[in-house]
Amino acid sequence: MSCRVALEASHAVAEAVRMADVDVIAAYPITPQTHIPERLAEMVADGELSAAYIPVESEHSALSACLGAVAVGARTFTTTAGQGLELMHEVVYVASSMRYPMVMVIANRALSAPLSVWGDHSDVMSVRDTGWIQVFAQNNQEAFDLVLWGFRVAEDSRVLTPVMVNLDGFTLSHVTEAVILPEQEVVNSFLPPFHYPFVLNPDKPATHGAFAAPDIYTETKISQEVALRKSKDILLQGWQEFGDMFGRHYRPVEIYRVEGAKTLLLTMGSFTETAKMVIDARRDRGELVGLVSLRLWRPFPFTEFRQAVKEADTLIVLDRSISFGGQGGPVCSEVRSALFSEPKRPVVVSFVGGLGGRDMAEEDFGYVLDRGREVAAKGSPELFETVGVRGEVSGIRDL
Amino acid sequence: MTKKLTWRDLEVGNIVTEPGNSAERGTGDWRTERPVFDKGICIKCGLCWLHCPDSAIKILDDGYYDVDLFYCKGCGICENVCPKKGAIVMVEEEEK
Ligand code: SF4
Ligand code: SF4
Repeated sequence: MSCRVALEASHAVAEAVRMADVDVIAAYPITPQTHIPERLAEMVADGELSAAYIPVESEHSALSACLGAVAVGARTFTTTAGQGLELMHEVVYVASSMRYPMVMVIANRALSAPLSVWGDHSDVMSVRDTGWIQVFAQNNQEAFDLVLWGFRVAEDSRVLTPVMVNLDGFTLSHVTEAVILPEQEVVNSFLPPFHYPFVLNPDKPATHGAFAAPDIYTETKISQEVALRKSKDILLQGWQEFGDMFGRHYRPVEIYRVEGAKTLLLTMGSFTETAKMVIDARRDRGELVGLVSLRLWRPFPFTEFRQAVKEADTLIVLDRSISFGGQGGPVCSEVRSALFSEPKRPVVVSFVGGLGGRDMAEEDFGYVLDRGREVAAKGSPELFETVGVRGEVSGIRDL
Repeated sequence: MTKKLTWRDLEVGNIVTEPGNSAERGTGDWRTERPVFDKGICIKCGLCWLHCPDSAIKILDDGYYDVDLFYCKGCGICENVCPKKGAIVMVEEEEK
């Protein structure tokens, strides 16, 4: 029997890692991810999970240790947040370029300075182009589910690419919700044992991570890019099979009440759930508004995204980080670019909000919907507007 | 030189599955100077052979030494360690 238990997302992740029966965990605790490695260390110490827990001295070492673990065929997990992901940065590229499958959970956090331990998406956006498969959880159940799914697809011999599962720091990591834990046998049948095809073996020597001169580096990058794009079919198939077995269905672009919607709001992560309540209230008032949420961020789901927004007049994008000196929000830049070649496309309006743990309440989403439609109709001198910022802002415009 | 690989020829993660294939890589193609050996001066001490960081010095059948220009990077270490002045002289690549 599956069971329904109260868990914060951090502990739901730890349960998923335990049920995935990982072999190696190498992680360094950092707010707001701390409860994940803490709980996993407890599980290993108490014999609930038979794994090597490597208490490394930094995040750079955490991911480096994970590389070695995958190279010997171990199912491998790590987790970090904010500054930890920044310290890990160079190894993030190495893991994906060496095609080492593993799952890393990011409890999304703002970046210094000023020091902030609270949530936003600055950390994950700094690793956007590192070649990992990147997904966002909206609640604790999804955090659990996406970790199991992550191992399944990352380790698929046709993918062999690491998966990053994003969950909002504090909003999910520290908030307790009901989570359904499946039976171990069901997990086992969804997640077969990991068979890394290139396990280091002294009888069959091979070189991992060799140097590449200019006459071959370009080819290595193209093969990596093609592999990441081709992984999408397997990611979708993994979600299909997950839905069949567990009854919860995931899509690369989640849509909510989009039927006949003239205005769509685009969110990622836990903000989606608050936005849903606001969409419900507005729909009850007869407003033609709907919600689109990016579940899959890399590889970017172009087809599903264009399909989801093609009937709308206005698309309001809410980013939780700033691409300084650029278009504003990195997500908005991305979706604008994805729509540029479309013959019929909505007007795209950019908002930034929820930085460094700033709360976004229902009324803030209401404001975004109202102001977004006003900007779509009348235009705005600014490239993006910031929800709830104190003081009049001017000067965020084309240079 | 081996045939140029396309991106499709690469192993997953660019893993090199053929051990020891570095022997096929010509490391001497960016050399600007090369050592020239003079058997008339050489005393066959073998110091040049021992010190070459690229193992680019080979022992000849007659016990003297010579350079393998496929690997020699032209660093000049061999000339520097040679105890007999003139047994090894570095010459510019342009001086044929
Ligand atoms: S020049 Fe350097 S690389 Fe060339 S043979 Fe002498 S020591 Fe070796
Ligand atoms: S170091 Fe000089 S003397 Fe000694 S073997 Fe080499 S060339 Fe001859």
